[in-house]
Amino acid sequence: MLDFFRKLFKKPAPRQDTATTAPLDEQQIQSIISGPSARSDIQQLISACGQSVGKQRDLNEDSILAITATLAGNSGNTPFGLYIVADGMGGHQFGEVASNTAIRTVAGTIMRKFHPYLFNLKPEPLDESLQEIILSAVGEAQKTIQREAPGSGTTLTAALILGQQVTIAHVGDSRAYMIYADGRIEPVTRDHSLVKRLEELGHISPDEAANYPHRNVLYRALGQGEGLEPDIFTIPFPSAGTLMLCSDGLWGVVSEQDVLHTFRESPNLQRACQNLVASANAAGGPDNISVVLIQLLG
Amino acid sequence: MDDGNNSTPRRQLQAGTTLSQRYLIQEVIGVGGMGSVYRARDLHFPNVVKLVAVKEMINLAPDPLVRQTIVQNFEREANLLATLNHPSIPRIYDYFSQDDRSYLVLEFIHGKDLEAIITDTDGFLPEEQVLAWGIELCDVLAYIHSHSPDPIIFRDMKPSNVMINHNGDVILVDFGIAKTFQTGVKGTMIGTEGYSPPEQYRGDATPLADIYALGATLHHALTRRDPRLEPPFSFAERPIRKMNPAVSIELETVIATALQYNVEERFPSAADMKDALVSAGRKTGVLSHLPTSNLQASAVKPLWTFTCEDEIRGTPAIHQGTLFIGSYDNNLYALNAADGKFLWKYPTDGGIVSRPGVYEGNVYFGSEDRRLHVVGARSGKVVWTYYTDGPIRSSPRVAEGHVFIGSDDHHLHAVNLNTGRAAWKFETSSSVRSTPFVANELVYVGNESGDFYTIDFRGEMKWRFQAKRAITSSPIVAGQAVYFGSMDSTLYALDARNGWILWRFRLGKSSIVSPAVAENIVITGAADGFIYAIETQSARELWRFRTEHQVSGSPVIYKDSVYCGSVDGQIYCLEYRSGRLRWKYATKGPITGSPLVYDDIVYIGSTDHQVYALLA
Ligand SMILES: Nc1ncnc2c1ncn2[C@@H]1O[C@H](COP(=O)(O)OP(=O)(O)OP(=O)(O)O)[C@@H](O)[C@H]1O
Ligand SMILES: [Mg+2]
Repeated sequence: MLDFFRKLFKKPAPRQDTATTAPLDEQQIQSIISGPSARSDIQQLISACGQSVGKQRDLNEDSILAITATLAGNSGNTPFGLYIVADGMGGHQFGEVASNTAIRTVAGTIMRKFHPYLFNLKPEPLDESLQEIILSAVGEAQKTIQREAPGSGTTLTAALILGQQVTIAHVGDSRAYMIYADGRIEPVTRDHSLVKRLEELGHISPDEAANYPHRNVLYRALGQGEGLEPDIFTIPFPSAGTLMLCSDGLWGVVSEQDVLHTFRESPNLQRACQNLVASANAAGGPDNISVVLIQLLG
Repeated sequence: MDDGNNSTPRRQLQAGTTLSQRYLIQEVIGVGGMGSVYRARDLHFPNVVKLVAVKEMINLAPDPLVRQTIVQNFEREANLLATLNHPSIPRIYDYFSQDDRSYLVLEFIHGKDLEAIITDTDGFLPEEQVLAWGIELCDVLAYIHSHSPDPIIFRDMKPSNVMINHNGDVILVDFGIAKTFQTGVKGTMIGTEGYSPPEQYRGDATPLADIYALGATLHHALTRRDPRLEPPFSFAERPIRKMNPAVSIELETVIATALQYNVEERFPSAADMKDALVSAGRKTGVLSHLPTSNLQASAVKPLWTFTCEDEIRGTPAIHQGTLFIGSYDNNLYALNAADGKFLWKYPTDGGIVSRPGVYEGNVYFGSEDRRLHVVGARSGKVVWTYYTDGPIRSSPRVAEGHVFIGSDDHHLHAVNLNTGRAAWKFETSSSVRSTPFVANELVYVGNESGDFYTIDFRGEMKWRFQAKRAITSSPIVAGQAVYFGSMDSTLYALDARNGWILWRFRLGKSSIVSPAVAENIVITGAADGFIYAIETQSARELWRFRTEHQVSGSPVIYKDSVYCGSVDGQIYCLEYRSGRLRWKYATKGPITGSPLVYDDIVYIGSTDHQVYALLA
């Protein structure tokens, strides 16, 4: 990792004036370093995806993308990952075009920016924040969709992981969840839907929300409107936790408790994805289903 | 998601087309959900140019019976509108249907719609202007709401449906007539109105829905914030004056009442809203001539004050009932925190502009005399002294048996607490005035050439980051991120482990302020005079508070308040979540240091030579 970042913030470490200093003794250093957070294994991301058209649709309008990279070596390592779920909107023509354009444009823009730094092709540091990078990628996707599939729209939930930090861009009603080591599951995104808004304001109860007639009404979607403002935030990857991205074809039909149960009963991430998709289909599969699971090891 | 209506743009009529052998289309003047609006010439008046507006509505219903019902509804509504007679409603001259389109011929309004006015105006529209429009809109709403036998509900009040004619009067266009053309398909429709009240989504449209939408329209006009881009029904969270402080509290209150979430809490009628607008206008007309009251300021009285011989630019520290503070008169003072009684002072050979550190009975502080001084907290007697090669403006940080401190000699010094000898010195490219922060077994510090360093306990650099200008601000690490400000007018959040920029927040001017963090809020200040509150995960600005001069001292968060001094001489106490002013107290000189809050007492030094103790 150090090598990688040294390149990133390239400038040789200044030389030190050793003559007048008395370094901490080795024992002191060891006792500090071997503290509670001793590190052993390399850190790495692992991920798996699942997708199904569902039982009631002919067309799959969901798109998913997963890129998992590990760069590890003698000098350390930095996990890098990019995961996206996009749910194109059937109320508009070319929902599948919109969701596909969204994942390709967002990922393409982000990868183009990171490529030189991940592979040390550029000496100077990356002069943009992770939030700025993901925001500009969403902006690109917005423009591309409006140009190539005017009138269409899509949700977008994208997670850019670098080291321990997860930077999320979110528009619409696909969701990101954290599944914590202690067995809790919690959404980390807020749906941009009318029903969620009415629920947050206490205008309707969660039960009413589940049966609300206009559950699909979004007030923000990629490809729609000018001056789109995605939610963008950065949170640490919870230790021994799992990040889940999914479309409403999963969360809309399988309860959080059942998601958790299915996840914990599955031997590995790949099977967990398959089982989650299967449980959405078993519940009728009214919509396209997409799920991505990500863990950070080490 | 379900199938919905088809909304691809359809072919518009070309200029030169004649409709109904009478209306010669000139150009498109508006595009709506169901078709276009054209300017046309009425050819029945060959000797004069009579302009009309032709509104086109395209019938999309696939089922012939449904199509027919839609056309019938359209004609019924057109007939109804033709009976209306009000200066703020355009005359209806004609209507007809051909093929899959229906047309309404209207009086042509010479003017501009309010949405275009809002976007074309730089800055905010004047309050009087918006107030006058609001009053006229109440009049026309009262007129249609009192229609008999049934009230007419406008249903779609929003800036693009309000035109301002060349006389400056408002005209309501678009009587929701097009709405009958929307096939009620379930599905993902996007961009909910933003102006409509919650009950309208259950299908209730009453006069009170129009009042809400009028409130939303005026809110948009005054704030320039398009509610369609904000979460629905979020007006209560976005008070007008937060975005446009020039608006009077009276007008803000009237609009907030119109925008009440619950129907019962709104004005019962358009006439009542008009009365409220009129009286708000009267009141502000009077109020604007009065100076702003300063009640709060005079209510705060210091518990005690203490006067030094020169300016105080530094920050106090407290330990076991004793307050320590350095002064530009070269002394470090020890005062009884309870009553401000002088206990002892320790003279150095230079000004003391930083914050002392107290650790295990000793006080650590740097001085512009280039030395790090260590004196007994009770005795005020020297324990040891450590020399650097430049004035010290950084404050000491004690951790892991060492004191870490920066100096203008370009070094960060790690000094052994017991021996008073350097464990190591880390050389940087410029003066180190930022106070180091210790976390994750690393020392974080910035310098005057804008470099930011992370150094391990052996004195080796882990990573480095470069801002565009000086980092005098002291970093703070919270939740795996490190926050600091820079003279390049940016507040940075970096990944504390590797230095990637998580986000940057643009401040109005440069900043030497050290941010404070509590829960998910980071508070800082800048030379533009503002105190800022920013959400740590999303980098969104929660609020900003304007002081009357630059902010160079750092904020302190205590319970649910923020305390911060300003070069305007005042110390401010703000509500931490909203930025609302709780109280302020004026000292007699600029404040450049930071307050200390302990046991519900605020201690602050001022360049008026005094230390103040105020009730938090
Ligand atoms: N009588 C008129 N004279 C001049 N301009 C007009 C007239 N009526 C409408 N316009 C212009 O055309 C625009 C659209 O008109 P209108 O609101 O009636 O259409 P719409 O199809 O209902 O659009 P939307 O549903 O998006 O509001 C208006 O914002 C205004 O700029
Ligand atoms: Mg309109």
